Amino acid sequence: MATATFRIWRGDEKGGKFQDYRTEVSEGMVVLDAVLKVQAEQANDMAVRWNCKAGKCGSCSAEINGNPKLMCMTRLNSLPLDQPVTVEPMRTFPSIKDLVTDVSWNFRVKKGIQKFNPRKPDFPDGTWKMGQADVNRIQEFRKCIECFLCQDVCHVLRDHKKFDEFAGPRFFVHTAALEMHPLDTNSRTLDLKDKHNVGYCNITTCCRKVCPEEIVITENAIIPLKERVVDEYYDPLRKLVMKIFGS
Amino acid sequence: MAEYQTHPYDVLVIGAGGSGLSAAIEASAQGARVGVITKSLLGKAHTVMAEGGVAAALGNVDDRDNWKVHFSDTMRGGQYLNSWRMAELHAKEAPDRVRELEAWGAVFDRTKEGRILQRNFGGHRYPRLAHVGDRTGLEMIRTLQDHGIHQGMEVHMECAVLTLLLDSGRVAGAFGYDRERGRFLLFPAKAVVMASGGIGRAYRITSNSWEYTGDGLGLAYRAGAILRDMEFVQFHPTGMVWPPSVQGLLVTEGVRGEGGVLRNKEGRRFMFDDIPENYRNQTADNPEEGWRYTQGDKDARRPPELLTRDHVARCINREVKAGRGSPHGGVYLDISWIKEKLPNSVEHIKRKLPSMYHQFKQLADVDITKEPMEIGPTMHYMMGGIEVDPETQMSAVPGLFAAGECAAGLHGANRLGGNSLSDLLVFGKRAGHYAACFAKENGETRVDNAQVESTAREALLPFERGQKSGVEGPYQVQRDLQDMMQDLVGIVREESEMQRALTSLEGLRKRAAQVGIYGNREFNNGWHACLDLRNLLTVSEAIARAGLERKESRGAHFRDDYPEKDPEYAKFNLVIRQGSDGEMQIARQPLPPIPPELQQVIEEMK
Repeated sequence: MATATFRIWRGDEKGGKFQDYRTEVSEGMVVLDAVLKVQAEQANDMAVRWNCKAGKCGSCSAEINGNPKLMCMTRLNSLPLDQPVTVEPMRTFPSIKDLVTDVSWNFRVKKGIQKFNPRKPDFPDGTWKMGQADVNRIQEFRKCIECFLCQDVCHVLRDHKKFDEFAGPRFFVHTAALEMHPLDTNSRTLDLKDKHNVGYCNITTCCRKVCPEEIVITENAIIPLKERVVDEYYDPLRKLVMKIFGS
Repeated sequence: MAEYQTHPYDVLVIGAGGSGLSAAIEASAQGARVGVITKSLLGKAHTVMAEGGVAAALGNVDDRDNWKVHFSDTMRGGQYLNSWRMAELHAKEAPDRVRELEAWGAVFDRTKEGRILQRNFGGHRYPRLAHVGDRTGLEMIRTLQDHGIHQGMEVHMECAVLTLLLDSGRVAGAFGYDRERGRFLLFPAKAVVMASGGIGRAYRITSNSWEYTGDGLGLAYRAGAILRDMEFVQFHPTGMVWPPSVQGLLVTEGVRGEGGVLRNKEGRRFMFDDIPENYRNQTADNPEEGWRYTQGDKDARRPPELLTRDHVARCINREVKAGRGSPHGGVYLDISWIKEKLPNSVEHIKRKLPSMYHQFKQLADVDITKEPMEIGPTMHYMMGGIEVDPETQMSAVPGLFAAGECAAGLHGANRLGGNSLSDLLVFGKRAGHYAACFAKENGETRVDNAQVESTAREALLPFERGQKSGVEGPYQVQRDLQDMMQDLVGIVREESEMQRALTSLEGLRKRAAQVGIYGNREFNNGWHACLDLRNLLTVSEAIARAGLERKESRGAHFRDDYPEKDPEYAKFNLVIRQGSDGEMQIARQPLPPIPPELQQVIEEMK
């Protein structure tokens, strides 16, 4: 049976280093299989976060040969195995141990986004009428599995560390799903402008490229939100009208 | 006593899947101070994996549907060992729970009239499953999560429970640890809702993730609760079989609901060969009728691929054993054939089954719009679990409630697809409600320091043992347990094999008591695996003992040595409790009499 080397980052918030593990690999294996095999056979105490192993829960995010990916959906046959496969944690978030990072910031950000607030039901049984065409757009956003790979590659977070001012692509997708929900009555535009600073995003589309659910984050979620902010707060014509006639 | 980080609550919910979140939302709504513990991050629990849909007799697609039909479908599927009262409550309340989800922001697929769309599923007479493509579970858990975080509950992510605390027989909270830092945590509580999910990791081939080690069952059993129906383990007929690394991964029943058919290597639709008597009236007798059913023809009867899961799994098992299987030990599930019927079949399949398309394309290099899938049975769901009061979901331990997969009763001998998601909503809410009431009516509890101290000491033993050389780690023990259960207490069972399983469990228990681990307490998966072994061993023993005791074949429990149903065994559930000597005790508990009006509903729907 063939073998391959996995260069896995071992360490914690104080620091760490890559360590090489050689293990047998077989047809159809994904990176997570190899990592769990190393854990079971050579490094019982290695920290790995995973759950569904089917690309549905978004737990096993990591950087594989430098690319942000789900370990469970990265086939070994998509990687050059004649050289070591590097596996390291998402670097944007604080390290806990080995491949596990502290992603709790994301959960705090979500709590700060205004919740869904529906209009009055259309029918006496408490339900609404919505056509499939009305929900197609937000169903795309609701595919998000919260793997936070988009947050991991976003340079506003990764390089500029704007964790206190910027919500990041995941939460623009979340906000877009709420804002474009046919039943929702809240407006989150002011928050997008001042609290979550959607303006910091300069649409490099890095987030969209790594999304395992292939959500078109930049074009379908972020740009429309930016347009809403602009329409509401930066429309020159509207400004002029307001100036002349008062607000 | 050592100082531990302490989080007191009125209601402590253990588990943050669909039932845990439903319970937490409802308990919060009742004004209780609520804490939620989850082994993983919020939103990652197994509910996220549910694909096909949530069963509720909304009647949006077929107005002949109503709670009575759903009730009788559920009872028939469970071979009448279900708690009739739970099946009744479930059928009556599920529609409201689904509507509630919509009010909290869930976006189900729509009918042409703009209502919630419903699809066909095994064992359900009418199209009943509200769904979102094949990612219904994700929609549900995200809706509950996003609604729940604004209701005031506190969520403790990546924490596990070591023991339930007791105060003079009443539950008094829980003691556990946080996985990230390895610190012990104390959760004094007036009421506890167990919502820990399943036991899949007791088997080698399973759709369940590492988390499902039967924690709730083990914890409740040791606290004095009763386990029931433990012989009924559901093997989902369609799990992936190739490549080896994804063996067991679920392939939604929705594939068959959309017209997918099962074939053996000879190309034969073998499901037509074996249609059980009690389903004959409802089942198509030719492929054409079956196809019409999946396309919404109300006069057609369902194809045999949509018979109950226990039956379909056994038929697949039989084909494979008879040498008529596919190259990797499964059979073929084909949805691509519908191109004969639908001109735009490729787009249709991608739209109806997006994550199945994705899963096979990415993990197995199979394009399901063009070629058949290879599938085989995979351990999927535990019908048995903690016995609860049907109204309140309280267990035999005062103040300890249970809901969802870890509770027993609704599904009897076999669960219908789609009934687990509605189970979570209906009984999660009920458990949360009555737990909050219990907390209001009963005062503070006292923490037993001795119990806490001895639990903490015991939990750290694997580190001490790990210091010595030549000590076994937890993973091999877990693996051997899974192999043993798969081989000896699997889909088809018999006396001598299950006896061997019990003997084998003795040995595994001794090994589990000696496993050691190295490294520190911070996010040490190996240490966690050591601690999970005890619960896995408890549920495995319960399954084997109950399997031995039920000398007949019914629902998911099939015995080669007793292949027929025995009417004597239709009269009781098997219950298991811990004896005062610590040994497992099993007993036959007569079914409560069903009220005549419900019996009449069942007769009318036959």
